[in-house]
Amino acid sequence: METDQYLDVFIEESKEHLQALNQHLLELEKQPEDLSLVNEIFRSAHTLKGMSATMGYQDLANLTHQMENVLDGIRNHQIKINPDILDVVFEAVDSLEEMVVDIESGGTGKKEVSELVRQLEAIESGEAVLQTAAAVAEETETNNDTSGITLDEFELAVLRESEEKGYQNFYAKVTLREDCMLKAARVYMVFEVLESLGEIVKSNPDVSQLEDEAFDLSFEMLFVTQKSMDLIKEKILQVSEVDAVSIQDYAVDTYKQARDSTAETKETPVPANAAKQQETTGEKKAQHSNKTIRVNIERLDILMNLFEELVIDRGRLEQIAEEVKHPELNETVERMARISGDLQSIVLTMRMVSIDQVFNRFPRMVRQLAKDLNKKIDLQIEGAETELDRTVIDEIGDPLVHLIRNSLDHGVETPDVRRKLGKTETGTIKLKAYHSGNHVFINISDDGAGINRKKVTEKAINNGLITKEQASIMTDNQVFGLIMESGFSTADTISDISGRGVGLDVVRNTIESLGGAITIDSEEGKGSTFSIELPLTLSIISVLLVEIQQEKYAVPLSSIIETAIISKSDVMHVHNQAVIDFRGRVVPLVSLKDVFQVPEVIEETDHYSVVIIKKGDKSAGLIVDGFIGQQEIVLKSLGNYLTDIFAISGATILGDGQVALIIDSNALIK
Amino acid sequence: MAEEIVQDVKVIVFQLKNEEYAVPVTQVGSIEKMEHITRVPNTENFIKGVINMRGIVTPIVDLRSRLGLEETPADENTRIIIVDLADTSIGLIVDAANDVVDIPVDKIEESPQVIGAIDIDYIDGVVKLDDRLIILLDLRKVLKFHEIEQIKSIEN
Repeated sequence: METDQYLDVFIEESKEHLQALNQHLLELEKQPEDLSLVNEIFRSAHTLKGMSATMGYQDLANLTHQMENVLDGIRNHQIKINPDILDVVFEAVDSLEEMVVDIESGGTGKKEVSELVRQLEAIESGEAVLQTAAAVAEETETNNDTSGITLDEFELAVLRESEEKGYQNFYAKVTLREDCMLKAARVYMVFEVLESLGEIVKSNPDVSQLEDEAFDLSFEMLFVTQKSMDLIKEKILQVSEVDAVSIQDYAVDTYKQARDSTAETKETPVPANAAKQQETTGEKKAQHSNKTIRVNIERLDILMNLFEELVIDRGRLEQIAEEVKHPELNETVERMARISGDLQSIVLTMRMVSIDQVFNRFPRMVRQLAKDLNKKIDLQIEGAETELDRTVIDEIGDPLVHLIRNSLDHGVETPDVRRKLGKTETGTIKLKAYHSGNHVFINISDDGAGINRKKVTEKAINNGLITKEQASIMTDNQVFGLIMESGFSTADTISDISGRGVGLDVVRNTIESLGGAITIDSEEGKGSTFSIELPLTLSIISVLLVEIQQEKYAVPLSSIIETAIISKSDVMHVHNQAVIDFRGRVVPLVSLKDVFQVPEVIEETDHYSVVIIKKGDKSAGLIVDGFIGQQEIVLKSLGNYLTDIFAISGATILGDGQVALIIDSNALIK
Repeated sequence: MAEEIVQDVKVIVFQLKNEEYAVPVTQVGSIEKMEHITRVPNTENFIKGVINMRGIVTPIVDLRSRLGLEETPADENTRIIIVDLADTSIGLIVDAANDVVDIPVDKIEESPQVIGAIDIDYIDGVVKLDDRLIILLDLRKVLKFHEIEQIKSIEN
């Protein structure tokens, strides 16, 4: 009985196992002799099979089952690994991934897999003579006369194993009362009862049909247990609206005989591995649950909100304690402040996940792309343990995929070109992540062709992006930045790998919307580096609190170059625009009091407090009335009602409980 | 308002100038005392700013200003009624709020049409209860929510 909750767990875990499959397969490709890797792969495949069978995703289960057989052959030295076999296995994993993705997006997870199954069978039978026709038998399954339940090899193996271990296999038929209103709910309750007593191997109709109430009044199950028949019967009867329960012993041999006599197929030796692995699955699950638990990110958000309120109240309490001057109260408040400080860092780090989550899918992708493009690529990953806020992680995947594809397609040359250039045949793409201050940096560098400045400027001039005069004074970085303008592509031939030049601009937009920046360094003939700078978290940022008259505003530290106090006599005017000469540069001044129409209550002095901000290469000076100080704040949205407010990007709640607005400095620089 | 069965609507009654207005209890989240409001620049006149409502930044609308009455400084009776509309909380500044009243649906009349008056679309109806006249407000229209939703649908 699969509720959405189970489905989520299934999808999450399937993805994890698929990831493990991919990773280990890649390693296996490099070290084909390492059988421990095969074991790992086998384990993942096996768990996946078990889960998908339980959830009723038959295609998924069939494919993994067949894959498992091949892996078992490899493990038992019956099949020798070669690239062709791995290709088929990779392809199978791809299909599995597609199915899981389909299930995740609400699909049925069905996919035509018979061709792949056939290929896997061919591999299996070609080299391992011992295990033949397993799948043939599977396809010609027929109904068991006694129960109407059909079993596949996996299920048979489970039943047989349990028989050997002294468990009992029961066949149960449960009939619901005719006036039963919530059939699915009753089925669910029966399943719960049985699952607390043993394990359900199979049901007829299958779970999804049961869930849809696509059955009349009765349904059948096969399950494995150590409990007595009577106890089980009694327990099931306790579920309300159950009319009758009939339970009988179920012998695998009888089933097989019945099946084999109806369909005249060869007796198939059950792959022993299927059953054997049951134990390992159990062990692995136990290991898993000890280390981590899954928490809905919404709950973490709620926790964070609650915590923020606590922090605000803590501020008030501290204020009160200061006024009252009671030593014991002071002591307690101090302790509380310390503890809540620790709590704060825990709450914040809880949302952090390592970027490995994103990186770990790249080796597989690069391998496939390199194959498609006939290039040789060595992907090096550094700093995969670097942590980022979950929200950033969720967004950064696609841009990175795009940049890596770009490097592969346009950066690294084909082996023969590289040979002619005196480079090694294998190109290198380096993916590096690291922390620095409040930011995370991700670099993607390749040792490929680099960017041809001339080609880029020519194209940009042709496309009307820049003029010739502009081109001559632009720095290299500025020129390279042009390739991220919309509608720009330097590829002479359009390939399906990195598209048509719509994309790099999307990459840039995504990164900027996350509050980050991207720059390109390149040397022709030597390679290019794309550097992405991202904020550690989207919800907590460092700001400089400033005062404008009596109002408080926050300026994100990431956009501030420095602060200065300037005498009014140093202000000059160019075309009615107030500017200052700041470290040899002409910087325009913006009066925040005017921009935000702040009511004037304080008289002006003959000095300006100025915050110098930057946006790319441009800068501006924001005139404020005073600096309060640097602070870590929690970013809050202004909600749906107040949208598109000029130069305000959000709000935050200060220690005294009041709201301060956060200035969007990008809007203030034209 | 033409329901067959007579039902009661529970409303919160509040004062603006000398008149009594009401909004359905189901739309009201809480009633708060006046507190510091952070001004938000470059917004419509009747939006006074935002406050921190238990960790949520909540916009505040001065209902007097929105309904075309002259604004007055806040006193100890001034209240902020927090209303919930389409997942958004918004605070309304009113002169006083101290009454919850059951209004029979069949007592709600359409607002009287006055010739020459500007078309006021935010009044849902009026109720005469004993000697009181209560004006029912359509909050979506008061808060110009439909305009916001329009903008949203265009953006999407």
